[in-house]
Amino acid sequence: MLTVTSISRSFGDHQILDGVSFEVLPGRMTGFLGANGSGKTTTMRIVLGVLAAHAGTVTWRGSPITGGVRRRFGYMPEERGLYPKMGVAEQISWLGQLHGLDQAAARRNTERLLDQLELGHRAKDNLEELSLGNQQRAQIAAALVHDPVVLILDEPFSGLDPIAVETVLGVLRERAANGVPVLFSSHQLSVVERLCDDVVIISGGRIAASGARDELRARYGTRRFELVVASDAGWVRDVPGVRVVDVDGPRAVFELDGPDDADQVVLEAALRRGSVRSFTPVVPTLDEIFMEAI
Amino acid sequence: MTTAAKQDDRARDLVSATRLVAEREVKSFLRTKAFWIGLGMIVVGLFASSILPAVLGGGQTKVVTVGAQAAEALTGADLEISSVGDLAAAQELVRSEEVEAAVVPDTSGESATGVRVVALTDPPTDVVAALRTAPPVDLLDPSEVGGGQRQLVIVVFALTFLVFGMGGTAIAQSTVTEKQTRIVEILVATVPVRALLAGKIVGHTLLTLGQVLVLAVVTPVALRLGGHSELLALVAPALAWFVPFLVLGFVLLAAMWAVAGAVVSRQEDLGSSMGLVMMLVIGPYFGVMFFSDDATALAVLSFVPFSSAIAMPVRLFEGQAAAWEALVAMGLLAATVVLIVLLASRLYSRSLLHTGGKLALAKAWTRED
Repeated sequence: MLTVTSISRSFGDHQILDGVSFEVLPGRMTGFLGANGSGKTTTMRIVLGVLAAHAGTVTWRGSPITGGVRRRFGYMPEERGLYPKMGVAEQISWLGQLHGLDQAAARRNTERLLDQLELGHRAKDNLEELSLGNQQRAQIAAALVHDPVVLILDEPFSGLDPIAVETVLGVLRERAANGVPVLFSSHQLSVVERLCDDVVIISGGRIAASGARDELRARYGTRRFELVVASDAGWVRDVPGVRVVDVDGPRAVFELDGPDDADQVVLEAALRRGSVRSFTPVVPTLDEIFMEAI
Repeated sequence: MTTAAKQDDRARDLVSATRLVAEREVKSFLRTKAFWIGLGMIVVGLFASSILPAVLGGGQTKVVTVGAQAAEALTGADLEISSVGDLAAAQELVRSEEVEAAVVPDTSGESATGVRVVALTDPPTDVVAALRTAPPVDLLDPSEVGGGQRQLVIVVFALTFLVFGMGGTAIAQSTVTEKQTRIVEILVATVPVRALLAGKIVGHTLLTLGQVLVLAVVTPVALRLGGHSELLALVAPALAWFVPFLVLGFVLLAAMWAVAGAVVSRQEDLGSSMGLVMMLVIGPYFGVMFFSDDATALAVLSFVPFSSAIAMPVRLFEGQAAAWEALVAMGLLAATVVLIVLLASRLYSRSLLHTGGKLALAKAWTRED
């Protein structure tokens, strides 16, 4: 488990992080959400030791992170970069060795990863000869080559086409399934929504919300329902305790303030008036949680 | 794990990371065209400076003879021979450098052929060779090393120093490439910055020494082709001193070059930050060339850390400096190396993640991690 406890950091007079705490659990994909400039990249850099925190600690399995442990982390920085004039396989395997693998293992892992990422046929080309999307795949390979114990990925899906997103996702899921904690940032909420098990929302350098995705939905979700009936649904406005969000012919979206069984009261009223096509609770999207949390 | 064992581990990690970085630097530079073109030009320059003077100064060697016996001794020789009446007139022609040597009657009985050779500074090898038995040679203005040869030795040393210029530029470029492509962030997250700096210095020192080694192998060939074989024996001891001076001198500049690369973020800005370091390479080069006749100035240059790497071997070659002087100069240089590497290490790690324009050194010094 990777634990971030009360880290703060400022640049000059500008406070970027203010008491940031969260956990990244083994075997889970944790999405790190935040607007531009909210402190995602600074937090990740501090976890990787690229930047120093002014206060707070980062621990791995309960102990402070030493250089030797950090060497086994996998990192994909927001600003991508590999050696443009070096072969793809050669530099990924070199990075593997830099992370502590022996030469044979580094070569083996590189070959396997490039095949998995469908980049095997470009292994011998220089990086600069690859398309941007393929350079991005190479970047992912560089973060994974040493079988990292923790994965920190800053916007791993930006710049990828939908097919590449699926390929990369498969690789990341496999790592998470093997018990590796994966933290990845994104400003694309729909991506995070689909992929992550846990969510950390940061805003203005503070953690606005964090926890399991479903738990957050339940916590931030209002009791919202969608009702579709055979005829006009306008009568819903007059049911006590109902706050209508939208009525459009036979379809109504509303929220309930009343007691726990208020939904049943509405359903019974609907059945009395005719047939009911559907009646479903509306689960909030991360978008909505995000807007509410920050 | 005990503290000592942890320290062992850390040291091992540092060494292996340094080795990997150095290895990559060497491999990637051996692959560039610029490296081979530069090396080729230096080898060509070496051959040119050794052979061209002999070719351009060509034509026959002018010799003046005094007396019939001398004229007879040179019969059939490939020389431009004229004769004058007496020894004084012949010496005058030698002094004014109108002729290279005079062949005069021997009055001391030392000579088997009955003639002596008079020359200005060096024994004229072709004249001596033309006489069937080596005659005694009188030098009017003897020096241990001839002027032309001396210039040649300086050229050889200076060429080696130019190799430095290339090696150093390569360090700065490699540093700025890592910054510009942003791979530096992955590197810094993986290994200590010290290992990055050390790896670059070690890698490029090896590359540069490799080129010096190539020079060391082709120099005897060039000297032989240029007819300076005898110079080789004279240069050898100075070369033995030159190598340790070279290594230290290079590490000194390499650390500064790395900083020059780290304070900028784009190749285009490299010119502005490398200015000072290039001055420290070119300055000593011109200094030694310029003051090569001024023993005092050369002596001073031979102790100043930045020029001592050329000036001291030149003085040793000319027999002007004692071994203790060389050791003192080397000690000064080594101390400067330690100091500069420590300063550079701090500046390097502070400026490595800086992006944007050129970072002032004072700002780099106080910048936070």
